[in-house]
Amino acid sequence: MIPEFVTPTVEWAPLTPVLFVLGAAVVGVLLEAFLPAGLRRPVQIGLSLLATGGALIAVAVLWGPVMDTGGYDVLGGSLIVDGPTLVAQGLIALLAMLSVLVMADRTAAKEDAFAPMVSASPGSDYERLALRRGMQQTEVYPLLLFATGGMLIFGSTGDLLTMFVALEVLSLPLYLLAGMARRRRLQSQEASLKYFLLGAFASALFIFGVALIYGATGSISFSGIAAAVPTPTGTEPLLLAGAVLLLTGLFFKVGAVPFHLWAPDVYQGAPTPITGFMAAATKVAAFLAILRVVYVMLYGLGWELTAVLWTVTIASMLVGTVAALVQNDIKRLLAYSSVAHAGFVLVGVTALDVRGPSSVLFYLLAYGLATVGAFAVISLVRERSASGGVTAEATSLGQWSGLGREHPVIGAAFVLFLLSFAGIPLTAGFVGKFAVFSAAVSGDAWPLALIGVLASAAAAFAYVKVIVAMYFPTTERTQGDGEESEAAPTSGAAGTTLVAAPARTTTVTVVRTEGWATVAIGVSAILTVLLGVLPGPVLDAIEQISLFLL
Amino acid sequence: MENFPWLTTLMVLPLLGATVLWLPTSLRARAREIALGVSVLVLVVAGLAALSFDTSAASTHQLTETYSWIGSLGVSYALGVDGVGLVLILMSVLLVPLVILAAWREQGSGTHVTDNLRRYLALALVLEAFMIGVFAARDVFMFYVLFEAMLIPVYFMIGGYGKDSSRRRHAAVKFLLYSLFGGLIMLFGVIGIGLNGPDGPGRFLTENLTGLALDPVTERWFFLSFFIAFAIKAPMFPVHTWLPDAAEQAPAGTSALLVGVLDKVGTFGMLTLCLPLFPNASQWAAPVIIVLAVISVVYGALLAIGQKNMYRLVAYTSVSHFGFIVLGIFAFTSTSVAGSSFYMVNHGLSTGALFLLVGFLVARRGSARIADFGGLQKVAPVMAGLFLVVGLSALSLPGLSTFVSEFLVLVGSFARHPAAAIVAASGVVLAAIYILWLYQRVFTGGVPADTEEQTRRGLVALSSLPDLRGIERWAVAPLIGVMLVLGFWPSPALTLVRPPAEQTLQHVGVEDVPTRTAEVDQ
Repeated sequence: MIPEFVTPTVEWAPLTPVLFVLGAAVVGVLLEAFLPAGLRRPVQIGLSLLATGGALIAVAVLWGPVMDTGGYDVLGGSLIVDGPTLVAQGLIALLAMLSVLVMADRTAAKEDAFAPMVSASPGSDYERLALRRGMQQTEVYPLLLFATGGMLIFGSTGDLLTMFVALEVLSLPLYLLAGMARRRRLQSQEASLKYFLLGAFASALFIFGVALIYGATGSISFSGIAAAVPTPTGTEPLLLAGAVLLLTGLFFKVGAVPFHLWAPDVYQGAPTPITGFMAAATKVAAFLAILRVVYVMLYGLGWELTAVLWTVTIASMLVGTVAALVQNDIKRLLAYSSVAHAGFVLVGVTALDVRGPSSVLFYLLAYGLATVGAFAVISLVRERSASGGVTAEATSLGQWSGLGREHPVIGAAFVLFLLSFAGIPLTAGFVGKFAVFSAAVSGDAWPLALIGVLASAAAAFAYVKVIVAMYFPTTERTQGDGEESEAAPTSGAAGTTLVAAPARTTTVTVVRTEGWATVAIGVSAILTVLLGVLPGPVLDAIEQISLFLL
Repeated sequence: MENFPWLTTLMVLPLLGATVLWLPTSLRARAREIALGVSVLVLVVAGLAALSFDTSAASTHQLTETYSWIGSLGVSYALGVDGVGLVLILMSVLLVPLVILAAWREQGSGTHVTDNLRRYLALALVLEAFMIGVFAARDVFMFYVLFEAMLIPVYFMIGGYGKDSSRRRHAAVKFLLYSLFGGLIMLFGVIGIGLNGPDGPGRFLTENLTGLALDPVTERWFFLSFFIAFAIKAPMFPVHTWLPDAAEQAPAGTSALLVGVLDKVGTFGMLTLCLPLFPNASQWAAPVIIVLAVISVVYGALLAIGQKNMYRLVAYTSVSHFGFIVLGIFAFTSTSVAGSSFYMVNHGLSTGALFLLVGFLVARRGSARIADFGGLQKVAPVMAGLFLVVGLSALSLPGLSTFVSEFLVLVGSFARHPAAAIVAASGVVLAAIYILWLYQRVFTGGVPADTEEQTRRGLVALSSLPDLRGIERWAVAPLIGVMLVLGFWPSPALTLVRPPAEQTLQHVGVEDVPTRTAEVDQ
């Protein structure tokens, strides 16, 4: 006898943010096929902004009802729309919107950051032809929307299979986008391949973990697993192994040590607007997933997982910081700094304190804004060849020498983002650091907070190095007053290794563009300062939601 | 005028001034006048604020303003000053216009105001706002925020406007890293003490955090996290090495603000945060700190004697002076603590003036090397006279206010730690050596002709050095005037700093040791 098929009732309203974005993505693919080439770009940009903006508005509309009811359990737990979900979805939508702006920006020669024809091999006749025709790869916008859609679901789901599907939906477009850079295409393709191979490996571990957990608990829904965790019946090793494998997959996505090795290469090789998006938005989604796994699904296992969480947290902070100190490429520097930041965010997770989730979300907001802004600035700093044509990005620190003096506004914005990364007061980054370290001290994990502040102090040097290069270049020489031998510094305690500016073969400039990226930089900078000076309202709002719906 | 937000006004005015200087308007051309005007206005407003301060209740915080700032963290925007905070604010706002005057001709030639000078003035104004805020903050979180935020303008003031570029960057980075390191360690303590505060609004207010019964071990950790940050800032031996580098490389005005005001935040923090918040730990650590302070006094003075560069010399004298201040604070007698509070003000005036004068000298000659000078008394008599008076204030000549404070610190410390006070007193003798010897080498004797090597370095001939100009005289004269007035008539300042000192000792919970200094006090 075949059981009667029951049509599930679907509450559409709580799904709207996801529907907007994924719907727009599908429409975008169709438009790509039917619209004439000239129209594609403006329509795609408009559609992307509309979709992400719509998602943002939908989140705002849903906020009231969710706060009143505690949240919705949609599609039998496939999507859990509770407070943390809404905050994370709002964050992702905002960061995606800013990233679209950065992606859309073009130089005066109508060149964006993406290869005119990705399928043409670098240096081939096809590529030259595509370049001459001024072709544009407008598929990037639907791809970005697909990734965003995956992120919106990833941290908001209540069962492991949906989570896996979301993981793939968010990852596959990113693998592609990472390989689409206009300049330094081989490096970009290498980044893409690396990201794909390691990502596929992490996905495999993740799904293997899901299988083990299912074997141990007989459930793939968070609530089912959570209920089974306190009373494991002889299958505890299985459960534990599953949990560790699952977390490995998630740690890979946030770039936590020892699963961070892809980060520097991919960050460096990917088109800069994509790097910013990847670094900022993926972290929001993946950290919400980690929070859900650690605080909801495996809460009963908290004690057993402590060793794993602490090791990864501490290792991320230390390795990320130390490696960032010795980088001479600005994108690699920010990549390692993002590893360190993953560690700082994990401090809030590992605290296992009620303040943990809200502090993590605020930190991600601060970090995300600074990241999108910083990479937007990097995308504008270009080499200019002797003939005056703007070429590739100037990412070597030596090339940034004196940039702050020559371009005061953009320079000041970049310094602001760096200060926010460093956690200097009156920037959003400081409030975020304060929140996660508070959660750690309050959750009796004070050694993490102590290591965290020490790592922050060390990491500050990496950022200061950039500021020094930008504002106090070595090339600028005032009259030498001949005191070199006499008043040498008293000690080498600070151990300063400053970047020397190499002889410039090409000049470096902040390129003139259509201004989209500047808007994104401006918004990021204003929000970074606002959230640093008056974080009260946002913190209050995030604080309300710290409880997860099971 | 009862509830007028004096302190907020004091902070907002310089920020507004800085904004005007930053905006691309035609006002930029008059940057010097605007900056000077704003800083004088701040000085006037601070004077008015001081008039509405009730001196009979100097130990309580007055002119208070309290608002919730970050509700969910329990952070307040809370301002208010007791006697110590008030005198330090007055000292700071006096110093800023003089530094601006001193920079009048430094980078701009004639009437032309360069972008560099404009930015420098804007940074100085931002710094002034933060300095006022940090002396007035009644909330530990707010104190911390301003304490750290101050670093950024100073960093750019050192790194962007000094002399030799590569060593200047080195000095700026060293300053920033030392300070950030201390500051982030302090962050740990701020978080910790905040979590021990009362729940809800006002969690970080100093009055709510005073008198907590903390676990002794925890208290020591927190104390250390604060103290290390303050010791770096002060700067004390053995974490003083950033100061000579920074002072040597920065423009003289920056050094005057850095050493005169900014470093006081370190000792101010020890006095107003470490002692009341962590009384038991303060007593526990006092012996070690006193030893370090005495080492600072003697070591700083000895190194000052050996310096060949004038900026470095003045920087090392400050290490020595800060040793005195810390000694007085941790000797725990009302006389020594009050003396230290007064010392902070006097040192700001004296060292500020000294840095400005050295700056004028160096700008004229084009070298900071002491060996490049000689016999200037004949060439620049006004400069020589002012330099002598300021120098004598640095060695605490009676009749100048520095004498009163040094005397109080030594007498007060002697009552509790005779040995430490006796060793520290040798710092007074050493001070005579480094100042008078400096004066002798620079100003007395005949005017030497330039050696071949000096000519090659493009130095301006000594015999043609101009004396102090009008503006420059006015940049130094007010400081000397205040030191003279307070030297003969210190009681206005002492009535402001003594009650807070007694109050602090009550918080620490030690018996005061009476000293026979009534005649100086009154």
